[in-house]
Amino acid sequence: MSSNALKTRTPPVRRRMTQQRAEGWRGWLFASPTALIVVVLFIVPLVLVFQMSASDWPLLGGNQGVNVPENFVDAVNNRFFWNAVGFTLLYTVVTTVILLVLALGLALLVQESTRWKGFLRTAILIPSALGLASASLLFYVLYSPIAGPFSDLMADWGFTFLGTPEGALWSTVFLIVWRYAGFYMLLMMVGLQAVPEEVYEAARIDGASRWQTFRSVTIPLLKPTLAMTMVLCITGSLLAFEQFYILTKGGPDNSTITVVQLIYSVAFQGPNNLGVAAALSVIVLVALVVINIFQIRVFNDKEPT
Amino acid sequence: MARIKGHFARFTATAVAGALALTLAACAGGGGSTTTSADIPAGGTDDGSTLTLWTRAPLEKQAKLLVEAYNASHENQVDLTVVPNDDYVAKVGAAAGAGGLPDLFAADIVYAPNWASQGLFQDITPQIDGLEYKDTLNAGHLAAGTVDGKEHVLPFVLDLSMLFWNKELFKEAGLDPEKAPANLQEFADAAKAIQALDKPDTYGTATGLNCGGCLVFTWFPSVWADGEEVLSEDGAESLLASDTAKEVYSTWKDLYDSGAVLPSSVDEAGPTWTAGFTEGKVGLQFYPATLLSSTPFEAGVSGIPGPEGGQSTFVGGDGIGISKDSEKSAQAWNFLEWLTSEDAQVGVLAKNGDAVSRSDLASNEYSDADPRLVTINEVAAEGKTPLALNFQQAFNAPSSPWLTLVRDAVLNDGAKIDADNDEITSVLSQ
Repeated sequence: MSSNALKTRTPPVRRRMTQQRAEGWRGWLFASPTALIVVVLFIVPLVLVFQMSASDWPLLGGNQGVNVPENFVDAVNNRFFWNAVGFTLLYTVVTTVILLVLALGLALLVQESTRWKGFLRTAILIPSALGLASASLLFYVLYSPIAGPFSDLMADWGFTFLGTPEGALWSTVFLIVWRYAGFYMLLMMVGLQAVPEEVYEAARIDGASRWQTFRSVTIPLLKPTLAMTMVLCITGSLLAFEQFYILTKGGPDNSTITVVQLIYSVAFQGPNNLGVAAALSVIVLVALVVINIFQIRVFNDKEPT
Repeated sequence: MARIKGHFARFTATAVAGALALTLAACAGGGGSTTTSADIPAGGTDDGSTLTLWTRAPLEKQAKLLVEAYNASHENQVDLTVVPNDDYVAKVGAAAGAGGLPDLFAADIVYAPNWASQGLFQDITPQIDGLEYKDTLNAGHLAAGTVDGKEHVLPFVLDLSMLFWNKELFKEAGLDPEKAPANLQEFADAAKAIQALDKPDTYGTATGLNCGGCLVFTWFPSVWADGEEVLSEDGAESLLASDTAKEVYSTWKDLYDSGAVLPSSVDEAGPTWTAGFTEGKVGLQFYPATLLSSTPFEAGVSGIPGPEGGQSTFVGGDGIGISKDSEKSAQAWNFLEWLTSEDAQVGVLAKNGDAVSRSDLASNEYSDADPRLVTINEVAAEGKTPLALNFQQAFNAPSSPWLTLVRDAVLNDGAKIDADNDEITSVLSQ
């Protein structure tokens, strides 16, 4: 009985298996271009950086053999390492808070105002069409005490935008806010539009005030968007480079060196040591992974599902 | 939330890739083979090959003129690539690692000792020694490219730091427009006198207080003019806390405090450090001699004075050599030999108002027409090129300890000069 049953059952199972296998192969076939790109552009460089971080690798001399853990010791002992970490964190907090609050405010404003909606949305979004390096160059000229339009003003008031550590930080933050506010506003608007109208209706029926609606309806339902924008903004700010490279070059008096800028300067401006630069990159990579896992956890915990 | 997780994963991937891309610019394997120079025939080969040549932007004008003149008179053709100053080291480094250096490339002469000792240039000792006028070639540039007695580099374009003054502004301030300030104090007095004109948008002097390279170029000569040194002979110790050096800093501090320095000099990181003088807004300045031909008004030129008088100059500019990756060394040598010939030195460089790298050509048909060129060529013979393996990190880098020293000495009270000088030494001796 049992052997009989097995006999009748086997063929369909096998057919299903071969069918599945064929589908599996086809799946791999479809995925292979992406997989290839990921391998060539992500896995290979990643492996190389790990190899580099473990090797004595001068910029001009090439690989000179294993150098672990000296590279990591040198990286942490670099005289600008802790300054760079501190400054990068400060910059990240300042930028993230200002950008996200402003972006949410702008999104609400644009959503509320019906008459100027199109104009406002376009006006705020236009800077996002400019590359960050181009935008930084534009601001470099604007801030320049010799070529900029405010040079007379600066001469009269006796200050320069990039001349003091605080001035340099806030001038750069201003550039970043100008450049990215529109982008984050757009993300917030998409999030706001996903909130169903019925919920607002219910809130109105319950007699909730505007503030109550905002706090108890909009914010909780916007949480996935807030999480995403925060992850984007924090990661982007921790990796800040172009704006400081072009505007301040880490100055004045080495006060605005970010971590990525430190990597660049160790690799190309002086020590010319790719090994230590790669070690710094690995440290940044690990820190980013940890920070992002932490962020995702925090946002996940509060979600009931 | 799953959607965000997916997004997050992808985003992290791109973010990380972005961070790493920087360090990957030079990832390919290194280790080029050293070509021997024995098979280069005398005079090189002129067989219609195409040679590639890299140089950095500040010497673009001179490089273009030289390449045009060579291409017009030779079968070989040189293909010139000009790279922005700040990106040059990174570009050369990436190419060196990947075995993709051009046939010929120029090096800021202060980096030449490092690059030559890293094996980026081919050894061309027999060829250089074979030049009958070798003894007249600028000794500083030759020494910068010599490692263990082997010569790798010839002078490409000399850039000398000189004292330039605006004769018009000198006249207005009641100073003698034909007489150069004899020492650093007279220099400072002249700057203050021009500042005292109180003309809108006109200042006594200017410099680049956030530009290590500019400060090396223009302030070292004041120390040399007094017969002092800035570095020990092996380039491992900094002597920039000497009494002479401190006198130089205090003169500049006094100038800065009295308001006779162009305000934008404080943050000047290099790109526009000469702009004020070129526009006629600055009375007198230590200034690169390569800009003589692009100075649109009557300017006087002399060597840079020290606190006690005397004069000196920083013999900067670029050296040039044949790269380790070149397979056309015979053709490349043809260009180099032509470069040191009278045709190139006088017919191109002197004609454009630039310094020549051969002392026997210092006086020529063009310098006879403009006595300032004679001054420049004469001071060049007294000038120096500081040699150190870690020069870039100690002086030129935006975060260099030299910049910290100057900014402490000029913008603050200068109490930390000795400590800052020790920091330079510790970088130099690494």
